[in-house]
Amino acid sequence: MQDLEQFRADTRSWLEENCPPTMRTPTKSDKDYCWGGRNYQFQSDEQRLWMERMGARGWTAPTWPKEYGGGGLTKEEARVLKQELKRIGARQALFSFGISMLGPALLKFGNEEQKKRHIPKIVKGETRWCQGYSEPNAGSDLAGLGTRAEDKGDHYVVNGQKIWASYADEADWIFCLVRTNTEGKKQAGISFVLFDMVSEGVTTRPIRLISGASPFCEIFFDNVKVPKTDLVGQENAGWTIAKYLLTHEREMISGFGAASMRELGDMAVEMLGLQDGKLADGVLRGDIARQDIDAAAFMFTLERTRDEAKAGVSLGAVSSMLKYYGTELNKRRHELILNIEGMNALAWDGEAYNNGALSRSWLRTKANSIEGGTSEIQLNIVAKHILGLPG
Amino acid sequence: MALVYTEEEQLLRDSAKEFLEERCSVSAFRALRDTGNIDGFDREVWSQMAELGWPGILVSEEHDGLEFGVVGAGVIFEEMGRTLACSPLLSTAITGAVLLMEGGNDAQKQTFLPAIAAGEKLTALAVDEGPRHAPRAVAMRAEPTNSGYSLSGSKQFVIDGRVADTLIVVARTSGEPGDDAGLTLFLVDADAEGVTVTPNQMIDFRSADNVNFANVQITADAVLGKFDQGAALLEIALNAANRMLAAELLGIAEEAFGRTVAYMKERKQFGVPIGSFQALQHRAAQVYTDIELTRSVVLKALQSEGPAVPMLTSLAKAKACATAQLATNESIQMHGGIGMTDEYEIGFFIKRARVAQHTYGDYTYHADRVARMKGY
Ligand SMILES: Cc1cc2nc3c(=O)[nH]c(=O)nc-3n(C[C@H](O)[C@H](O)[C@H](O)COP(=O)(O)OP(=O)(O)OC[C@H]3O[C@@H](n4cnc5c(N)ncnc54)[C@H](O)[C@@H]3O)c2cc1C
Repeated sequence: MQDLEQFRADTRSWLEENCPPTMRTPTKSDKDYCWGGRNYQFQSDEQRLWMERMGARGWTAPTWPKEYGGGGLTKEEARVLKQELKRIGARQALFSFGISMLGPALLKFGNEEQKKRHIPKIVKGETRWCQGYSEPNAGSDLAGLGTRAEDKGDHYVVNGQKIWASYADEADWIFCLVRTNTEGKKQAGISFVLFDMVSEGVTTRPIRLISGASPFCEIFFDNVKVPKTDLVGQENAGWTIAKYLLTHEREMISGFGAASMRELGDMAVEMLGLQDGKLADGVLRGDIARQDIDAAAFMFTLERTRDEAKAGVSLGAVSSMLKYYGTELNKRRHELILNIEGMNALAWDGEAYNNGALSRSWLRTKANSIEGGTSEIQLNIVAKHILGLPG
Repeated sequence: MALVYTEEEQLLRDSAKEFLEERCSVSAFRALRDTGNIDGFDREVWSQMAELGWPGILVSEEHDGLEFGVVGAGVIFEEMGRTLACSPLLSTAITGAVLLMEGGNDAQKQTFLPAIAAGEKLTALAVDEGPRHAPRAVAMRAEPTNSGYSLSGSKQFVIDGRVADTLIVVARTSGEPGDDAGLTLFLVDADAEGVTVTPNQMIDFRSADNVNFANVQITADAVLGKFDQGAALLEIALNAANRMLAAELLGIAEEAFGRTVAYMKERKQFGVPIGSFQALQHRAAQVYTDIELTRSVVLKALQSEGPAVPMLTSLAKAKACATAQLATNESIQMHGGIGMTDEYEIGFFIKRARVAQHTYGDYTYHADRVARMKGY
């Protein structure tokens, strides 16, 4: 306990010194999110400094082992760090699929050389990763993927196509599921490989979303050479790694709604006013109360499941429950924002409407229950793997 | 505090489970109902609960209680929800004990608390005057007399009214119905002249009775807590009771749902278990999720202290009401015809759930309270 208080004091003074003033202000749009990587255009020096300082300390990945550049913190220390960051309103120093997805899988399944080569660069924000899972004909049925990797001795040659890969056009490296065996059970012929996006034969094409942004891409592989040193785990044993990584992705996505932000009740009161001490619109008031109750219960569920799990341990099928509920909750939240704000929230552009920020984020939330596996797939997983229902 | 049960609380759960399964199973509940019991609980089981110390779960050690705390009490209520155990624990060990510990003077504590902890004295809170919980709407007046007060009026759906030795009556000593100020709590002997109890038969077979007061004379030392300012004391007790009811509703939902999932694996139609139909699987997965959420918010509420209590209480009770309603409705639907029969046990859960939901505020009452506290 005493050590923890000392840690809090040290953390507080380090943050006081090292978190630049503009990094303690709320983010205004997606552009303020720092993704790092070889080609990242920093919004400001302070944004770069903040990422570098946190990365150097390993605090972008607080509980990862120190030997790979992580923070080496205990779960309790990581919690204190989080509280202290929140206290000063610090922005997240680095957004990274390397941290939220690949890292945990590499730490568990990668060999020593791979961990040494890749993980420190993830922690420091030097390499930006994208996820090559989905294909045009393999979405929910991910194991049906067909991108081929042919064995050429010390390397593979990869041919095929991926789709919906978020930020693939800005990523430096890809973690990719490929087929190394076409016989037998489809799950048993998948391998998990890593390669550089500037490898010869890789082409990406951005796809525009209903929210107007183009953050995800098609990727084409035309005889791409992938050294076997970047095969993670055994050949044909990639499915286990893929699923493990998905549990981390789902935990990350489930937190999207919980990280927020303004009270719906306050927004509504500002918009509609009070009548006899209650929100003037009684129907909306009931809807907001239901949302607040469910959101609180969900937040405590995140807290409880994390308290039950050990540091860094994946929650397994429970992550499917969290992903399902968290994303549906976030969609409901944004529908309520529309109800509160009316036409304001439907503007697409214009200074007066913050360039359509509300409508665009509302549209973006529709993807929450699709990306990382749809809600229906999560419910299938809960039914089969938690409730043990047949078929 | 980590959002998990301590080892001590786990041990308490294990022993509560064992006791309840043996002594207070659902079939014991059926027997109680069908054998003309008039108390709404089994006195022999109650004395065994007293041996375990449950009536004194919240009572301080100084007054011969276990002083185990709210989380432990919640654990017992959750397990009682699973087996539908009937007992005067809520009225006596929770509302009664909390009111006396928080509001009683030394003499009152001395008279009541050890007797409550021993399971010898039963109390009942007489607050509501209509079918919906509305503590501030109390209209019943206590008029001053030479030697104390005179109570006249009637209370409805008093939990354990028919078995209580002492009624804790909320009456108006000033102000108008709806006012926060002007409420005072009185300790009234159930045998006092002018007190009449009319039992109500509720769907869950438990006691929630009407109590009439006709010029009931009480002495000045019967005032419990601060004169005219009883609302705050009452709220403390109601927060405790609602957290227990939320825990009980969680237990009811868990058990009804657990039995339903088992049935889905066993019952075959179209040559396959009905649990293999995706339409049912998804609904089951949704109920499961709501139960998990309820478990978290209930534990958070049980662990809460100080100013956080009212909000967490209402969040937990509201969520538990919604979840228990969903789980019990789905459990009947997924059982098909057999779920509608009295012979099958699943129907018992929906009946107890609804009464527990409406005791001291249902979903809308607590959702409204959440909105108020959040300023909208
Ligand atoms: C914004 C966004 C970002 C993404 N980023 C990435 C990324 O970075 N990398 C990547 O690899 N992928 C990414 N994805 C892809 C995502 O994982 C897939 O879209 C998702 O798995 C669904 O696959 P699908 O689009 O082919 O839909 P389909 O599988 O065709 O599903 C269509 C509908 O059918 C339902 N359905 C399918 N199977 C079942 C079943 N068994 N039971 C019940 N219902 C079923 C689905 O739930 C859905 O409602 C992203 C998607 C979005 C929207």
